[in-house]
Amino acid sequence: MSISASSPSRPCASRLRTLPRIALAPIPLFLLQPLLRFIVTGVARRHPALFNRLGSSQNKAILIDPTNLPFALLLHPRPDTPTLEAVRRKKKVPHDAKITGTFLTLLDMIDGNMDGDALFFTRDLKIEGDTEAIVALRNALDDMDISLADDLAAHAGPLSGALKKSLRALQGIRRSHQ
Amino acid sequence: MNQPHMQKPELVCPAGTPAGLRTAVDAGADAVYCGLQGPTNARNFPGLNFTPQELSQSIEYAHEKGAKVLLAVNSFPPAGRTQEWKDSIDTGVQSHADAIIVADIGMAQYMAEHHPDQRLHLSVQAGASSPEAIKFYCREFGVKRVVLPRILTVKEISDLHAEIPCEIEAFIFGNIGMMAEGRCSLSSYATGLSTNMDGVCSPASHIRYENKKDGSLVSKLGDFTIDCFHCGENAGYPTICKGRYDAKTRSGYYAFEEPVSLNLTRLLPDLVQAGVTALKIEGRQRSRAYVKAVVHAFRKAVDACMEGREPEMDTLLALTEGHRETQGAFRTKAWR
Repeated sequence: MSISASSPSRPCASRLRTLPRIALAPIPLFLLQPLLRFIVTGVARRHPALFNRLGSSQNKAILIDPTNLPFALLLHPRPDTPTLEAVRRKKKVPHDAKITGTFLTLLDMIDGNMDGDALFFTRDLKIEGDTEAIVALRNALDDMDISLADDLAAHAGPLSGALKKSLRALQGIRRSHQ
Repeated sequence: MNQPHMQKPELVCPAGTPAGLRTAVDAGADAVYCGLQGPTNARNFPGLNFTPQELSQSIEYAHEKGAKVLLAVNSFPPAGRTQEWKDSIDTGVQSHADAIIVADIGMAQYMAEHHPDQRLHLSVQAGASSPEAIKFYCREFGVKRVVLPRILTVKEISDLHAEIPCEIEAFIFGNIGMMAEGRCSLSSYATGLSTNMDGVCSPASHIRYENKKDGSLVSKLGDFTIDCFHCGENAGYPTICKGRYDAKTRSGYYAFEEPVSLNLTRLLPDLVQAGVTALKIEGRQRSRAYVKAVVHAFRKAVDACMEGREPEMDTLLALTEGHRETQGAFRTKAWR
């Protein structure tokens, strides 16, 4: 069962964690923005109930910081015009709340494979700023009752199969190194 | 009087969202407890709980799978706002909830007057722990089950069972708060929002975390610093009762309780022998991942117990606050 929230300790696990940050660093962010727009508008269209759970946090700016990627993601979860934008860390973007963890830690939490509180207890997840917005987002995503990875892959057209396999492989590698 | 010996207990599991409820049912819950959005239940957290429509759909799902749904209306209405609590009770009854769990004596009276045929449970928040108190609730309002405060030993539960005319529900796993359930005002003191009347202990709107450059984490509730976790040290919930404090004579000590979680796996046979009818898992604020893991583990443990086998337990330590477990007052009164 995928309930462990302990950090990988072996050196190779550490290298695996940081590899994407180095490998993806040269990618210009403007190339990612259409993909992120596709992701957030697709999720909003398919799961409108998610926004009801956010309440007043719909108007908050939430910075999602996957520590092993060379960029962070700025989310505005407005029901009608949600946005998800890649931003460089050195650029100080205004935000109300920030959540930090490795990419796969964040994905596993969203997918319902790992418990957010347990990740917080082990310090694998860091929270700053407006805690209410983070808690609302976490609970809203947890009610989606789907795997975000599967959901995205299913709507990625000809890339569906490859995307799903890649994400599953990455999650598998992560668990095998816990 | 109940027949105390090895009657198969009901496994009562938490759900904060409809997805959580489906997860609990699919993982083997006999019953799931949940609350409506708003202050009428004791887990009024952002993004959590059910709309009336979601409750109705979720009850339908549970009933199709042979599970029960218990609706918690277990906070205390402030003066002049009782209608909101009555509306929640009415919604639960109209949605065909299998039982309504109340804490407030006025809501118990409302149930007795307006929904006398609806099964009524008494919440842990009512703090009823003596035979006299429990018999009063049973006699006056028709309470069918009492959720016991976590202050009694197994022996005391057994003695209590012999004296009361209703079922007993006992917590077996999860977060444990102050040993004065339904009476804690610490969160209210720090934030102005009451655990008992607003349904939220340590409201997220008043919590702030500071991640320091040396790797330490400071948690604050309102104007109060609750704890400072060193780099690599496990963190806990930002609740006043689990905080570490500095005083003139001591520094960094747990003034009330330590961040540990209840786990009564090893006491399951004793609890069943003592006449406990329902075994309750805490954690409506937790995720689907928690619900799936904990319910699955306890389903196996309870089934093993009923077959006379030693209950084996999947390790759930990774999910617990403080990564430490206790049998609390169930084992000994000397605890804290």
